[in-house]
Amino acid sequence: MTLSSSAQESPDLDIELQLLVQAIYLKYHYDFRGYAAASLKRRMNSALSRFQCRTLSQLQEKVLRDGVLFSELLDYLTVQVSEMFRDPAYFRALRERVVPLLRTYPSLKIWVAGCSAGEEAYSLAILLAEESLLERSMIYATDINAQALQRAQAGIFDINRLAGFTQNHQRSGSTAALSNFYTAAYGKAIFDARLKKHLVFSDHSLATDTVFAEMQLVSCRNVLIYFNRPLQDRALALFHESLCRKGFLGLGAKESIRFSGMADGFDEISKDDRIYQKRSTS
Amino acid sequence: MNVDRDVDARIDAVVIGASAGGLEALLLMLPKIPARGSVVFFVVVHIPRERPSPLAGLLAARCAAEVVEAQDKQPVIAGTIYVAPPDYHLLIEDRSQIALSTDDAVHFSRPSIDVLFESAVDVYGSRMLGVVLSGANDDGSAGLARIRDAGGVTVIQDPASARFPAMPEAALARSEPHAVLDPDAIGELFRRIVNNRSTLQGRREKEDPLC
Repeated sequence: MTLSSSAQESPDLDIELQLLVQAIYLKYHYDFRGYAAASLKRRMNSALSRFQCRTLSQLQEKVLRDGVLFSELLDYLTVQVSEMFRDPAYFRALRERVVPLLRTYPSLKIWVAGCSAGEEAYSLAILLAEESLLERSMIYATDINAQALQRAQAGIFDINRLAGFTQNHQRSGSTAALSNFYTAAYGKAIFDARLKKHLVFSDHSLATDTVFAEMQLVSCRNVLIYFNRPLQDRALALFHESLCRKGFLGLGAKESIRFSGMADGFDEISKDDRIYQKRSTS
Repeated sequence: MNVDRDVDARIDAVVIGASAGGLEALLLMLPKIPARGSVVFFVVVHIPRERPSPLAGLLAARCAAEVVEAQDKQPVIAGTIYVAPPDYHLLIEDRSQIALSTDDAVHFSRPSIDVLFESAVDVYGSRMLGVVLSGANDDGSAGLARIRDAGGVTVIQDPASARFPAMPEAALARSEPHAVLDPDAIGELFRRIVNNRSTLQGRREKEDPLC
């Protein structure tokens, strides 16, 4: 059997991808070396047409010489479109299983890791407001994508996305209206300053940074799917270290710590909704 | 027309894409797969994004082989049929692991057939079989062509047997498959490949106990 040309190209693509990722790390200190190959390859491949390159080597040359192009590439590689109250069952489980315990703390710190444009962080702020917990809470929402953080900080979403958000919100166990929390104008929905007062958006990398505060809840959904197993383990170790005794961790619907090296660090408290509790060792 | 028996030994993985009308085709073919074979199956069906999906349970109840809804970084175990979960793309990270993504929909679909097929080509190259079934859009055509280009085997459901022939017809227009078959014949092909590989492996193990 003879190898066709594309079968021969594939290993070269892997080499070029590794070199590009290494170049980005050396030049800009953004670390994609632990990203899951399948998705990264797909995004890099579509970046080729966007940045008008024939090969990843060409893209690498441009990236090394052009910082502006790199920040566009970074946005392209890390942008994630989410929605508010995505997976309503997750938020319902938080209300039913986690909120009663959060009430017992005099003050609350919550970490939304990989917050992208802020949909998840605003959802949690709204949930806490509805449960009368927001006043004592601070939500730290982090990402490596500076442009996404700016969008999150603004708290402005296209009004045509609000119908879906509202539907999710209703199914999340809320009895109030989502419209209590935003003002609609000029085709946009602007979320209230009273939510933003309890939201801090900042740059943080799960690949290279360390823990920055003690949290009662970490919510990191559909972020770890983009990491390979070692980087997943690193992120989960950060969450474990960051959580207070018996603190909570929420993951995405099809993410599991079962296949990670941190499976022993947590107890499953709501299996279908991927909510875990830090296991106390002492 | 059928797929040459010579290819059986090199099929490590089978990827299947289905959309509207594809479930009934799957229900005709997947139950023919023998349990505990050495081939792994990955299936994308366009399903509503609402969770949970009954798909894996529905298939599991009728199949001899194990059927599971894929989870992120789940180990790939031969003989298993992995089904894409609703609202996630299913990708093959490497020969030992599955990966999921929430990247944008492709052909208005998440999971997308092209995403599965293209990531599978990167991992399995020519050692795979791709199958496009009934559906109403053109997801899967590009991915199937990539499998063909990489030296893999491709099969398209006979449009005459498909409730929605648009997807198989689009795949046919894009690249010539090794075979065009009805669901029953595709199921028989799966059975033959799995059985032949088991026989070959048994023979090899007998000749070389260290293998």
